[in-house]
Amino acid sequence: MIEENNLKRRYLVQNIWFTIFWLSMILIAVVLGSILYFIFSRGVKVINWEFLTAAPRRGMTEGGIFPAIVGTLYLVLGSIVVSLPLGVFSAIYLTEYASPRHPALRAIRTAIHCLAGVPSVVFGLFGLAVFVKIFGFGVSVLSGSLTLGIMSLPVVITSVEEALKAVPLSFREASLALGANKWTTIWRVVLPSSLPGILTGLILSIGRVAGETAPIMFTAAVFYTRGLPQSPFDPVMALPYHIYGLITEGTRPDKQIPLAYGTAVVLILLVIAVDFIAIYWRGRARRSRKW
Amino acid sequence: MEEIKLRIKDLSVFFGKKQVLHQVNLNIPANKVTAIIGPSGCGKSTLLRSINRMNDFFEDVRIEGEIIFDGNNIYAEGVDPVTVRRRIGMVFQTPNPFPKSIFENVAYGLRIQGWKNKKAIEEQVVKSLQAAALWDEVKDRLHSSAFDLSGGQQQRLCIARAIAVEPEILLMDEPASALDPIATARVEELIRSLIKKYTIVLVTHNMQEAARASDYTAFLLLGKLIEFGPTNQIFTNPQKKETEDYLTGRFG
Repeated sequence: MIEENNLKRRYLVQNIWFTIFWLSMILIAVVLGSILYFIFSRGVKVINWEFLTAAPRRGMTEGGIFPAIVGTLYLVLGSIVVSLPLGVFSAIYLTEYASPRHPALRAIRTAIHCLAGVPSVVFGLFGLAVFVKIFGFGVSVLSGSLTLGIMSLPVVITSVEEALKAVPLSFREASLALGANKWTTIWRVVLPSSLPGILTGLILSIGRVAGETAPIMFTAAVFYTRGLPQSPFDPVMALPYHIYGLITEGTRPDKQIPLAYGTAVVLILLVIAVDFIAIYWRGRARRSRKW
Repeated sequence: MEEIKLRIKDLSVFFGKKQVLHQVNLNIPANKVTAIIGPSGCGKSTLLRSINRMNDFFEDVRIEGEIIFDGNNIYAEGVDPVTVRRRIGMVFQTPNPFPKSIFENVAYGLRIQGWKNKKAIEEQVVKSLQAAALWDEVKDRLHSSAFDLSGGQQQRLCIARAIAVEPEILLMDEPASALDPIATARVEELIRSLIKKYTIVLVTHNMQEAARASDYTAFLLLGKLIEFGPTNQIFTNPQKKETEDYLTGRFG
């Protein structure tokens, strides 16, 4: 019975592959779990009300991280203000207006993908040269937001492009056949329909922006500020940079390292919280747009 | 002879090097249903989409010949396709309501034309839904999503959306092909009721539908117009052998 042997062999091969897939999944779950375990087990004990609402004291060995939380929120918002309109507009141009066969378009797409692969510290140096020095914005929320915004552009553009492409041709045709021109169709049909996808891009970029250290080192962040920034031209404290500072600066590692873990916990929770808000929006937007 | 709403003169359409329509000549009578029938790939949809310049969106399309609408060639230089489409509406093969409420779907065409008066928009929406024989089914849920409707209701909503802007001609591209027999019957009934106000061009690959719903029939084969005449005559006494072969099911 040759066929039966063959059948058994094929089931064996199938089971081997299933096991490999399953093990990979387990491995990832273990890695993720242990990251959370180590950060939380070391960080949770320093978190209390004062830690969340006060400024650091005594050379960063006591007190809280409130200015860093606020600074990170400012930078995330600032970078969205830069990257969202720019990213959405250029994605609209790339998918809706530009002729798909134009060679220049392929070059631009490749450039965008390359931009996504540029190390973030290079963006930091670019921000230092252009925004801090040439434009004279100094080390400030403004310079940092611009740098982070440009850094997250590739992610935003790519995901908005995908979202626009996912809008069925039949929606566009229906609108055009009613005598709408291209812009009206994009503004009233395509963009509203692709909102969930655009929000996905936003979520991805928020996660990245909030945790970046290198791009803000030279452009926005300082180890310590007196009070909160009063204008976009003031420097800020930021959570990832604060962690870096606690670990590398100062003379009391025994007190500073637990604070660094606590800060990391707050950073993780902050990113998760912002993501949840965006995911909730996306869910609401999706509910009315099933097709 | 009837009043002619639209004259298609020597229309040829090319996609790249492939010629899809060969010098089609066809006069569409006003306030009648003209069916375009023929096997798959014969160019029915291309012909239909030429009438409101929906082929313009394809990359390498080339169109020769003229379509005279109201004394003017819609392919003449300087004619804005948008103005053509405002007067020649279209209903598609698969129901394609927008991801908006029932009300907003019908109001869409009015809003893009700059209607602002809430009351006027409301009246026109109600009127269009009534004309599309959908009003009684949706009057209590105008603000729920169009996707909550059944396929047949969605297609009637698309018809309501198309007639809300009061076009002169309504193009229908196999409007019942995605529907079940009962929904199909309702759409066909609706088509018959619409000719009081509109001129309708109906593409279908369903010969019974053409026989039931149309006044005139054009038979298209391999991009050429084989025969055109009153539906009755085409179906009972076709003049060309190809027409007879197609209608009797010898190919298709």
